[in-house]
Amino acid sequence: MTENSKIERVEPIESFSRRDLLRLGVGAGAASLLSACGWKGGKLGRSAFAAAGDLNDWAGEHLWLSPSRLAPTYELAERTPEAAFPAYFISRPVPTLADPAAWGLEIGGLVSRPMRLTLDQLQTLPRLTYTVKHHCVEGWTAIGTWTGVPLAAVAALVEPLPSARYLRFESFDPGYYNGFDLKSAMHPQTILAYAFSDRPLTPQRGAPLRLYSPVKLGYKMTKYLTRIDWTADRPGGYWEDRGYPWFGGI
Amino acid sequence: MSESEPAEPLAPPDPEAEVMVDPVPEAAPPLPAPTSVLRHRWPARVTHWANALLLLGMIASGLQIYGGFPRFGLRGAPPLGPNPFEGVRFPAVVRLGGWLAGGLDWHFTLAWPFVLTGLFYLGFLIVSGEWKSLLFRPSDVPKAWAMQLYYLRLKKEHPPQGKHNALQKAAYSFIFLLGVLSAATGFAIYKPVQLSWLTALFGGYERARYSHFLAVWLFVGFTLLHVVLVFGVDPASLRAMITGRYRGRFPSHD
Repeated sequence: MTENSKIERVEPIESFSRRDLLRLGVGAGAASLLSACGWKGGKLGRSAFAAAGDLNDWAGEHLWLSPSRLAPTYELAERTPEAAFPAYFISRPVPTLADPAAWGLEIGGLVSRPMRLTLDQLQTLPRLTYTVKHHCVEGWTAIGTWTGVPLAAVAALVEPLPSARYLRFESFDPGYYNGFDLKSAMHPQTILAYAFSDRPLTPQRGAPLRLYSPVKLGYKMTKYLTRIDWTADRPGGYWEDRGYPWFGGI
Repeated sequence: MSESEPAEPLAPPDPEAEVMVDPVPEAAPPLPAPTSVLRHRWPARVTHWANALLLLGMIASGLQIYGGFPRFGLRGAPPLGPNPFEGVRFPAVVRLGGWLAGGLDWHFTLAWPFVLTGLFYLGFLIVSGEWKSLLFRPSDVPKAWAMQLYYLRLKKEHPPQGKHNALQKAAYSFIFLLGVLSAATGFAIYKPVQLSWLTALFGGYERARYSHFLAVWLFVGFTLLHVVLVFGVDPASLRAMITGRYRGRFPSHD
């Protein structure tokens, strides 16, 4: 008989060894420590987040996003009261144009025909209106009606080059910018919106022109647009650079 | 056998035995080995503890995410249902991630191992046939009732059971289902447009989010009860979940 089996024998029934208890304690202790310190995961943890983030971005674009599935639409009566529909911007006070008449949207980057479009010109392009649910990354939702020109219609005008993979959107809300993958940008419901609730955008909603797409979280839809570039490399973004998911698709 | 019968006299010492030289001192006759059965195979043990940690991380990061909008229902609409945590920002000690984006990082990173662990466990249950000792069936209802009476001390005898009693089967079937539902509601609020059918199945985004949050408290309630019962009723089962071998009071097996 070996020493080990003798030791096992004299152990009382209904017990677990000190080692078991230690293992359990170490596990539970580590876990609560993680939580208590708001631990970001260390170097290994951060690269795990980066790897998982890349995987989720990739899956968001290539597995989850259908190029043709439309976001559900709602009745006008279901709309969220405007006062209850939040509007976010990063600068204070709300960004406004000193001279709205001088505003134009610059479109360039990897396109054959870079151009500048005024609001009037944008409004003569194909028009899409829908009443959809807005999903904020914070967890709230609100239903609203948006009107604008499909980004795909603008793309048809400027003729992106085959090397273009992403779009970069810039804003006169100083510092705000972000990017879309081509597939999300060409989704039939992705628009450059100039009206909310059947009226021209107010400064709070991103006047004079904002990006809108019901297949994206709110922070992906740059307001106060000034410029759009088709790019080969993935642009960052105001919130994305601070740690929010890049793809942000829903 | 009557009391009056004299006890059988002890056998006289054997003179031969005394002269025998035994290099090893005669040990006491071996104790009858405590009943020790292999209760949990390694896939069950590994997934159990992996799941305990993953669930802790999912819940803590989920409570962080909840703080982004600590209520339920569309903006401007009345609350969806009762919520004792309306407007509550949970204390830092139970949150993971530090801020919303950090909580999302943890949640969307751990979600994959959480789902894979669940799928691996399901595969193990099917391949090994272990599901048979865990699945709560209609025929378990009366047995569960008998077990409940025992726990309430209305019945003295512990009802006969297989590997798990009927209440345990109910609990373990429920908790697996809860895991499936929390993952399903999670996907419903992760991709409410791409998976709009799933989101609609749970009554829309806001209700799916409410159900996802409700699952947290069912998990917490289950875990508290689970731990109380392990230590209060059958502490040997903790060792069994670590080493695999069970040597406690309820060794009966299917």
